[in-house]
Amino acid sequence: MPLKANSPEGTLDDKWTKYRSTMNLVAPNNKRRIDIIVVGTGLAGAAAAATLGELGYNVKAFTFHDSPRRAHSIAAQGGINAAKNYQNDGDSVFRLFYDTIKGGDYRSRESNVHRLAEVSRNIIDQCVAQGVPFAREYGGLLANRSFGGVQVSRTFYAKGQTGQQLLLGAYQALSRQISLGNVEMYNRHEMLDLVIEDGKARGIIARNLLTGKLERFGAHCVVLGTGGYGNVFYLSTNAMGSNVSAAWRATKRGALMANPCYTQIHPTCIPVSGEYQSKLTLMSESLRNDGRVWVPAHKEDVMAIREKRMSAKDIPEDRRDYYLERRYPAFGNLVPRDVASRAAKVACDEGFGVNKTGLAVFLDFASAIQRYGKTEAHSNGIHNPDPKKIEELGKKVIEAKYGNLFEMYEKITGENPYDVPMKIFPAVHYTMGGLWVDYNLETNIPGLFALGECNFSDHGANRLGASALMQGLADGYFVIPYTIGQFLSKEIRTPKINSDAPAFMEAEKDVDGRLKKLLSINGSQSVESFHRRLGLIMWEYCGMSRNAEGLQKGRKLIQELRAEFWKDVFVPGSDDEFNPELEKATRVADFLELGELMMVDALDRNESCGGHFREEYQSEEGEALRRDDEYAYVAAWEWVDGGDPVLHREDLEFENVELKTRSYK
Amino acid sequence: MKLTLKIWKQKNNSTAGKFETYSVEADEHMSFLEMLDVLNESLLEQKKEPVVFEHDCREGICGSCSMVINGQPHGPNKGTTACQLHMRYFKDGQTITIEPWRAKAFPIVKDLVVDRSAFDRIIQAGGYISVNTGQAQDGNAIPIEKGLASEAMDAATCIGCGACVAACPNASAMLFTSAKVSHLGLMPQGEVEHTKRVQSMVTQMDTEGFGNCSNVGVCEAECPKGISIENIARMNRQYIGSVFGSQTKVEKA
Repeated sequence: MPLKANSPEGTLDDKWTKYRSTMNLVAPNNKRRIDIIVVGTGLAGAAAAATLGELGYNVKAFTFHDSPRRAHSIAAQGGINAAKNYQNDGDSVFRLFYDTIKGGDYRSRESNVHRLAEVSRNIIDQCVAQGVPFAREYGGLLANRSFGGVQVSRTFYAKGQTGQQLLLGAYQALSRQISLGNVEMYNRHEMLDLVIEDGKARGIIARNLLTGKLERFGAHCVVLGTGGYGNVFYLSTNAMGSNVSAAWRATKRGALMANPCYTQIHPTCIPVSGEYQSKLTLMSESLRNDGRVWVPAHKEDVMAIREKRMSAKDIPEDRRDYYLERRYPAFGNLVPRDVASRAAKVACDEGFGVNKTGLAVFLDFASAIQRYGKTEAHSNGIHNPDPKKIEELGKKVIEAKYGNLFEMYEKITGENPYDVPMKIFPAVHYTMGGLWVDYNLETNIPGLFALGECNFSDHGANRLGASALMQGLADGYFVIPYTIGQFLSKEIRTPKINSDAPAFMEAEKDVDGRLKKLLSINGSQSVESFHRRLGLIMWEYCGMSRNAEGLQKGRKLIQELRAEFWKDVFVPGSDDEFNPELEKATRVADFLELGELMMVDALDRNESCGGHFREEYQSEEGEALRRDDEYAYVAAWEWVDGGDPVLHREDLEFENVELKTRSYK
Repeated sequence: MKLTLKIWKQKNNSTAGKFETYSVEADEHMSFLEMLDVLNESLLEQKKEPVVFEHDCREGICGSCSMVINGQPHGPNKGTTACQLHMRYFKDGQTITIEPWRAKAFPIVKDLVVDRSAFDRIIQAGGYISVNTGQAQDGNAIPIEKGLASEAMDAATCIGCGACVAACPNASAMLFTSAKVSHLGLMPQGEVEHTKRVQSMVTQMDTEGFGNCSNVGVCEAECPKGISIENIARMNRQYIGSVFGSQTKVEKA
């Protein structure tokens, strides 16, 4: 199948403007007759549903949550990027575009990324108008901070709750459309299949999670904004309910899944504390501005710490290894996420991990407390401060900057990070891969669109901090409302989609069969236990570093686990009631297939780039080795039940940037 | 640590519920919800129905988790949701009682899960600023005083969990509603339509069957995000001002 990106003609900076002015429109009287299904109500889904409702389409929106406000976008902490250049520090659309392409290790599509950078500015305006309480300066204008290792301050934020405030903005816009009758909202409804008629996406099968009833919904097109699949690793910073099922059901119906192996592992998360652990908690990237990462330089000290005979404070400076500062003198503790995560893994693999599991490194604020304490003392006119005073003043500065994060750390671990260094370890955080889409955000199935984290489009092999919120809202507010017209303008004569048609009835029967099958196995192992085992396989063989042998083994192990799941899983209750175990079972069943595809994709990509590190492809110093001649392509996979997935390539063309090796030495 | 749990079990809203007693072996590093996971895992091993509870982000921001622990919504710790509560705050041998939110406007779905869609309808009644995508002027066109923006942010930080309603002896939703009225009304962008907003949202709140406010103040004490009852006072002022001081009148549906 030839993959056409459908990027418009023209120079990079006027492609979107020209395209927007010449694309097909749907007249208001026709919009009223067109139905659109939007699945997912996070930043991308809620923004899209609200905006399409405002335009006059009939929108049906779906979420498996009890309310659209619970989507996991709500948990994003740091901020949202926009090329506003309010700080007059040399930012521009091109610079944001360039940083994103380079940060993604040159594995994303130029035209999409440039459009993202362009509309980033409109997002901030829109959110301010909705009443999002962004942080402000004393003069009343919007504040910015720097983020993710770029050289300008372009990140807008609302305390450490930016995702929450942006999502509530979109939720409120959506609520307004619901009250006006333009959007019909279906809470606690989970999409379990996609319906295709005459090659076009025409509806979904959803399960009413309260009653268990399967319901058929028809529409002229279907828009997915259903998030990422990080939970395939079981332990991740994703919410417990985050899943791949909507996107995976589309894949099973013929949509292509692109670059599934690109996973972002965030370097600063609270380590696993025991087998019962259900999820991991992120500590914001901003902490690396002041925290120094280290492990003991000698094994005997490591053992002493693990056995609690010594604490971090007992290790003298000359017996510590500040490995990021040692390996990357130019960037030190502020190297990008993928580099920092791998370095922590190397330290722990060599046996220097500092907790009982050996999977943690220190993030130490003692130097920063000293530094700030001295500055504070000086500015308060204290010329011979004693060490206690310095520490007291320094801790106050740290508290003002990171108080809420330190509090959260203490709540979870019971340790006070002002006195002892934090223990951190990398954890799965975001997935750059997702459904393949063209410039219109349309998948290879006509009429099926994918927005936000559930598509693959803008972050290449590694996402920069504060860019996920930007992409979700860009897609939902400012891209899909235009590009959807390219498809719908050809559908104005299509009558209302009949959800009693054979395609719908068959899809419903399929879903019903799957649910009944899951309930009838009546095996001896819980869904959770399978999910946990899948996570361990993924982490071991398709985690922070991968190799061909491991990936082959991992694929086989997943196939075996999947077979075991369908023979021995136990799902209690019935399908005609509120049954969260059954919901979990359908999601884990899908993860058990996706996991295999991730192994296949990682095996195909014989290079290291961004979040994908293949041990066979590294420089002499152990850095990632990209192979642009052979692998500058998007790997879009066609899933084949019971067979080998089929690769479709979209070759990436770079006309505006030069491909370089990323170096942080 | 060994614990005895008395948990409310109820099949659905049309059948009666009752407490069931369970015992569980917990670890002090577990979160409260992970302790319930361990219980459920052991129930599933015995092929019994697990205890159903709502949860998602498990980092205190999505507002899904909703359980009354030993008589307190979200349990004993101040400013902490149930998902962030850890077992080190409990003692070996302790008995813990776990119940759902109890309010007429939050009907029980199953066990510890309740239906909070009334909150959505209050927001739909006016908890927004009427601006379409694309209508916005430049983000810096209207300067907003730093303190004011920060006050609005404090109100906007509400996670919509419903602990305020569960805590209130009247099951009032005044804290929730007033937090949104305050957030939007404090911002110049939202001030334009605040007269109609406050009337519509209060009317919807009453229609949903939430109780009235009698200044008990327990909502603020139990709120995991520390939303202040100053917001209630502000909403009352604005409500009275809008009813007596303007031409805008919102009729009960």
